[in-house]
Amino acid sequence: MAKTLTQEFTKGLWAEIPPFRLVLGLCPTLAITNTVENAFGMGIAVTFVLTFSNIMISALRKIIPPKVRIVAFIVFIATFVCVVELVMQAYTYSLFMKLGIYIPLIVVNCIPMGRAEAFASRFGVVRSMLDGLGLGIGYTLALSTLATFREIIATGSITLYEKPIAILGASFEPFKFLVEAPGAFICLGLMLGIMNILGKK
Amino acid sequence: MRELIKMIVVLTVISLASGGLLAALREGTQERIELQTLEFVKGPAIRSVLQGSSNDPIASRFQIKDGDVLRNFFVGVFDGQPTAVALETSTKGYKGDMGMMVALDVKQNKLIGVAVTTHAETAGLGAKAQSDPKFGGQFKGASVAAPLKVTQDGGSINAISGATITSRAVCGGVSNALAVFEKLKPQILEKMKEVK
Repeated sequence: MAKTLTQEFTKGLWAEIPPFRLVLGLCPTLAITNTVENAFGMGIAVTFVLTFSNIMISALRKIIPPKVRIVAFIVFIATFVCVVELVMQAYTYSLFMKLGIYIPLIVVNCIPMGRAEAFASRFGVVRSMLDGLGLGIGYTLALSTLATFREIIATGSITLYEKPIAILGASFEPFKFLVEAPGAFICLGLMLGIMNILGKK
Repeated sequence: MRELIKMIVVLTVISLASGGLLAALREGTQERIELQTLEFVKGPAIRSVLQGSSNDPIASRFQIKDGDVLRNFFVGVFDGQPTAVALETSTKGYKGDMGMMVALDVKQNKLIGVAVTTHAETAGLGAKAQSDPKFGGQFKGASVAAPLKVTQDGGSINAISGATITSRAVCGGVSNALAVFEKLKPQILEKMKEVK
């Protein structure tokens, strides 16, 4: 059953939303969702890499010999990750410092590699682009949701552009545990549980 | 055989294209990245040693070649005159290298500020060289001519208690900076005239 182009795009937002449904790309999901700003920045970086690597791989899928396809995919993904890294370093240095090692680690993130192998190497350019864009935006949404939840409960406010916006009021006692590593696992577990309940018909 | 050649050709072309793209991008962003690194990594130290200057010391910087290394100098304008210059040097600390920003007044030949930029010293002891303004403040007003030493070595700088080696390293770093300044003085003074 062929999907329409719109469906290719929207599947990434709900039906195949990466960390919650595909359960891929968990390393950054756990590590950098301590603030909304980090999560959003990471999501945008992944979206960029995913969209462009999908476009390139799908455009060249008939030229790349199957035996060396994985190597070629990694070259494309690594190139776009380097592009993101340089651009972030040049224009959003403070975010670059906070995300640190997790930007180069997009190369070994399962999402771009998985999409290249499972989707972009089999379908046309437009479909692959929409697939990458959809999954990337879905990933951004998922990370931001998780980070919003963690940041609000852990600090009672959300910090954007170094300005804290109070949300829960002064009487709220910050629950610091949630921005620590164990809090990430607990939040992710709860989110996966909620997604499973919602997905049951 | 044909397949093998195809594999080699395709991978070579892909790698070349990627390499070319990245090289071009690197070339294009290099200047901005350098500026951003200065701003975020060294910026706080530069601003603190040249506190009160009416210009942006990072914007009015210049470079001079000292042997094989290219050094950055940051100029501070006080009372409408470019009288202060800051430079970075590094020395061996207690653990690894320490970098420090040293600012001096070229008219009065006096130090006006010292701030540690990068270090790997012990937290709570040597790390105070960076975090405790009292230690760095001792250098303020010291003459460029007199050698800088900690009191244990017969100098005038009170060492941080429990971190004599770190304190000595900072004195050494400041002396290095002064040596560089003396060596390049004519060029520095020449370049500073251009700053407004």
